[in-house]
Amino acid sequence: MNIPEHAAKALLENAGIRVPAGTVADSPQGTARAAARLGPVMVKAQVPVGGRGKSGGVRLARSPAEAHAVAGDLLGSRIDRHRVTGVLVEERVRVAGELYAAVLNHPAGPARRVVLSERGGVDIEDTARTDPGSIRTLDIDPRTGLRPEAARQLAAQTGLDRAAPAVADVLVRMDRLHRDSDAQLLEVNPLAITDAGDVVALDCKLVIDGAAAVRQPSLAAFAAPEPLTELERAARELGLQFVELDGEVGVLANGAGLTMTTMDVIRHLGGRPANFLEIGGDAYTKARPALEIVLAQRGLRSLVVNFCGAFARTDVMVGGLTVAWAELQPDVPAFFTIDGTGAAAARRMLRERLGLEPYPTMDEAIAAAISAAAQDPG
Amino acid sequence: MIVRSHERVLVQGVTGRQATYWTARMQEYGTRIVAGVSPRKAGINHCDVPVFGSVREAAEHVPLDASVLFVPPLSVKPAALDAVTAGVPKLVILTEHVPVRDTMHVIAAAREAGTEVVGPNTAGLVTPGESSVGFMPAFDPSIFRPGRVGVVSRSGSLGTLACLNIVRAGLGQSAFIGIGGDPVVGTRTRAALEVLERDDRTEAVVLIGEIGGDMEEDAAGYLPEMRKPVVAFVAGRASPPDRRMGHAGAIFQGDRGSYESKRQALERAGAVVLDTPSGIGSALLSMEMSDGTR
Repeated sequence: MNIPEHAAKALLENAGIRVPAGTVADSPQGTARAAARLGPVMVKAQVPVGGRGKSGGVRLARSPAEAHAVAGDLLGSRIDRHRVTGVLVEERVRVAGELYAAVLNHPAGPARRVVLSERGGVDIEDTARTDPGSIRTLDIDPRTGLRPEAARQLAAQTGLDRAAPAVADVLVRMDRLHRDSDAQLLEVNPLAITDAGDVVALDCKLVIDGAAAVRQPSLAAFAAPEPLTELERAARELGLQFVELDGEVGVLANGAGLTMTTMDVIRHLGGRPANFLEIGGDAYTKARPALEIVLAQRGLRSLVVNFCGAFARTDVMVGGLTVAWAELQPDVPAFFTIDGTGAAAARRMLRERLGLEPYPTMDEAIAAAISAAAQDPG
Repeated sequence: MIVRSHERVLVQGVTGRQATYWTARMQEYGTRIVAGVSPRKAGINHCDVPVFGSVREAAEHVPLDASVLFVPPLSVKPAALDAVTAGVPKLVILTEHVPVRDTMHVIAAAREAGTEVVGPNTAGLVTPGESSVGFMPAFDPSIFRPGRVGVVSRSGSLGTLACLNIVRAGLGQSAFIGIGGDPVVGTRTRAALEVLERDDRTEAVVLIGEIGGDMEEDAAGYLPEMRKPVVAFVAGRASPPDRRMGHAGAIFQGDRGSYESKRQALERAGAVVLDTPSGIGSALLSMEMSDGTR
């Protein structure tokens, strides 16, 4: 879950970290009013996209009139797959130096990893290439958290002098916020040192662990909506993992790994997958809505049903699917392979109810589906 | 982690519907299930084993070598810490959607106590002919039979398909290690390879990876030290970046965690990387393995 910048900054402020004075606006008029109050402002499109500045999503406006014009440009425009519906209007901060600071989950530890670099304001990936020596990391025990002495040592390594204690204090607060909000990533870039010597978070990226949404309801309410297609949104509401692609061979499989693999083999054998749709895990009883979703795709020419049951019982999946198939009577040809838990009963059901013979291997079913998709629909 | 037939296994959350079904399957297979835990149903017998209120309490009555967790996501942390504190040496966490913060806490505590963790979000472990811990279809002879191929997989469904292809080729498995589809797991690909490299019954390894994270790249760093040949398949070649593909761990950004990065790392380290899992059987057959039981 991506938390929009303005909401993430409110959390930083609550955690005792300074952020520029600012407000959110959803109209050019509102932006101009904010600029009249704040003086020269930065107008920032609220989209969860890296490199937003490079795509023109962050602009300086020296007057309310300029702010009005800039907001008129940004609002309603698209950056990547995201439509801009709001801008953050912030006072311009006079900056003496820019740092990079982040706290993230480090799977290989596993540990929470604190990252600090004196090269702020640029992508950390670029810094990793151009000046890896400037990136300092500290792995900390997820049970205890960052201790102030350790934070001070880290800050001192970056060659900061007067600002070091304030930066160390920010790191400790960031670590606590990361932990308390079940974050995957809390990145402040740049973390600015102002002419006056204050340490201010100029930008903030906060990504929350989706598995923790249930115990972080207030954060989940802030989460930036994912740019989903209509069908993807419908699938999400049904609790199905579905991603629409642009091919013509539909995919219905159980488990994330097997579903991705079905797409891979379609591509490998010369076809184009129409979608990712898995009904494994807890969703294996949802065969009917899954079938409806996959069949609703425009451009679908054939369908591969690939089940290899472990936890997900193939007899339950095929049972639901054959009932739904008889009701929906789709005119798209389907090509099945069925193995694993419940396979014997599942194959029998397929033969008896739909008169279809499952293919002995996944590759054969996929090859048949690709050649069916290539036929002239007549 | 490999669980042998003599090892005594506890089932946490044993009275749940899925746990009841799969405990019976594990028992039929010969897994030595000795007790269950269910805080609200302590004192009863379920699936022919005594049910205790906590792992600590169970451990006072019966020695435990491993515990398998069938508990809801937000209960995993207290349940796993209960097992760690009680001194259970091996934990298999099947639950999906465990918050990463909880997973990291559990792994840190387990490491300190010397407890091994597999998962979360794994389909479990199978030692063909000996034991099954989790919900893999160990009982299906078209998928599992004793042999000499060790299998490591992030995915349960794709791991099942890999095992099916091994049996179709006339071979069998020494061990299946499902490591789980989450971004943070207790046993990473590399650690699972180390287990199979040390295992006397394993002569070749099938590695099933997927996009996202850096476990395959990390594991590639270990391949040159291995004596046993590795056949690999990485799922997600046709998946677009920045979209989550089912597993929380299966998402990549830019080059990091991409299919190309993983395939290149594994091939450079000497693994045979396949375009489709259907090639697993013939790739293994072309390798030198001593015959015997296969």
